[in-house]
This record gives sequence, structure tokens and C-alpha cells, in this order.
Amino acid sequence: MIQAFTYDPSWTELAKYDINNENDIVMVRQMVRQYAKNFRMGIVEQTRITTAVSELLRNMYQYAGGGQVTINDGNVEEHHALIVTFEDEGPGIENLELAMSDGYTSGAGMGYGLPGAKRLVDYFKIQTEPQKGTSVRIMKWK
Amino acid sequence: MNNFQEKRIPIIKIGHYLIVSIQVDMHDKLAIQLQSQILEEIEKTGAKGVLIDISVLEMVDSFIGRMLSGMASMASIMDAAVVIVGMQPAVAITLVELGLEMPGVDTALNMERGMEMLDKRIARMDEE
Repeated sequence: MIQAFTYDPSWTELAKYDINNENDIVMVRQMVRQYAKNFRMGIVEQTRITTAVSELLRNMYQYAGGGQVTINDGNVEEHHALIVTFEDEGPGIENLELAMSDGYTSGAGMGYGLPGAKRLVDYFKIQTEPQKGTSVRIMKWK
Repeated sequence: MNNFQEKRIPIIKIGHYLIVSIQVDMHDKLAIQLQSQILEEIEKTGAKGVLIDISVLEMVDSFIGRMLSGMASMASIMDAAVVIVGMQPAVAITLVELGLEMPGVDTALNMERGMEMLDKRIARMDEE
């Protein structure tokens, strides 16, 4: 696994979850929705982060067969943020620029996943290495 | 953990229409299963329209969106119209931001309007 992201010690870890099957996808996106609610995010913001998480989880499951998700609560650049980090040991993304462009798909007719998820959150960062894996971190300000 | 697996979404037939109310957060297999379930029901009953109520869905991601539009095109090949009813405003906003287009999918604010829409459509088809 590529250790692409560091976890600030001041952050609180809310949950850490292994993604192995489709039920895990449903479980984690419901979990994220609940945290967003606890954060007192508005309904549209809750829906945005939940949808972004769902897209990224599906990517991870489809292309890497699973991985790990970590949910944190912390302060980032003077924002109180809900932070979700996705890490997998999959095949990585050969051409990241292409994968980040709208309408691109390499697998089972997806596309939208990455650029779509990026539009729904306040912070989006992806790091990938062919044959090693992919890590994505998204954040939503409170 | 496996409680998701056993759920089946009921399909109710009223008059010429099939009514499907999605009440659970669907995982992918359930969504695909629903798709074929609806098509089978169309074949079995000769229904002219399908109303899919998604008012309790808190999220529609690209997979579910694609499933819904795929279902609309398949149903139309089988001479049935699909109307998606009751999409929550937050879901509509997110779908647009996600960049998901759902070509060929008709939507209505609620079940009643959706039914009126189908009634009109069938009346028009009968005239022709």
C-alpha cells in the first residue's frame, strides 16, 4: 500500500473500515451520512459527501477489489473538517489526467466517479502508483 | 451483515401500471436484480407504465442513476414507459453536480403527477 497521506495527531479517528464487498459500500456510506449529520451539515451537504464517498468506494471495489477507509474529524487550514481517506493496493491508475477528465471510463461503464466526486467536496487529493495502489482523500468543511 | 442480501423490492400492479417503491439503500446487486425483476413483471403483466418512487432514497450515485436510465430504455423497448417519482431536492442537486445525465428518463414530482403523465401518454398512443 502506498502511504500517501499522513494523519495529523490532533485529528480524531471516527472509524476505520475494510471494504471487501458491496454491503460494506452501503454500510460505510450510511456511516458517513451519519457523521455528516452529527456535524450538523445541511441536507444538501450531507448528500454531496455521501454521494462522493459512494463513487469512490465503488471505484475502489471495482478496480482494486477493496481496500480501507478511514474517517477522521479534525481541523484543516482553519476549517473543521470531515475527512475521508480511501487506500487500496490495486493496480493504480495509469493515466491520472485522463481518469480525472469528465466522461472517461476504463471499466464497467463508470466514468464520472473521480471528477464527479471532486466536484462534490471541498478538498480532493489523489495519489496513485501503477501496480502499487491508489489513495484518495476528500474533505468537507463543517 | 447479510441482511441486505435477502431483501427484495416489491412490485405492485395497479391497473395498467407497475408501482415500485424503493425503501432501502440499494447495493449494486439489488439494483441489478430490481432491473430484471421489473422487466419480467412488464412481460408477465403487459403493463404500459412503471412508476418508480425514490422519495426515500437519500442518495443516487452514478451507478443507481445509470441503472434507472438503463431501465427506462429497456422498458421502452418493451413498450412500457418509466417515470421516476419523488426525487429529493438534495438528490437532484447532487446528480447534476456529479455530471450525470439520465437520457430518456421521465420524472414527476409525486406519484399522482407521475400517473397523470402516464395516463396522458397512453391516451396519446391510443389516438395514434
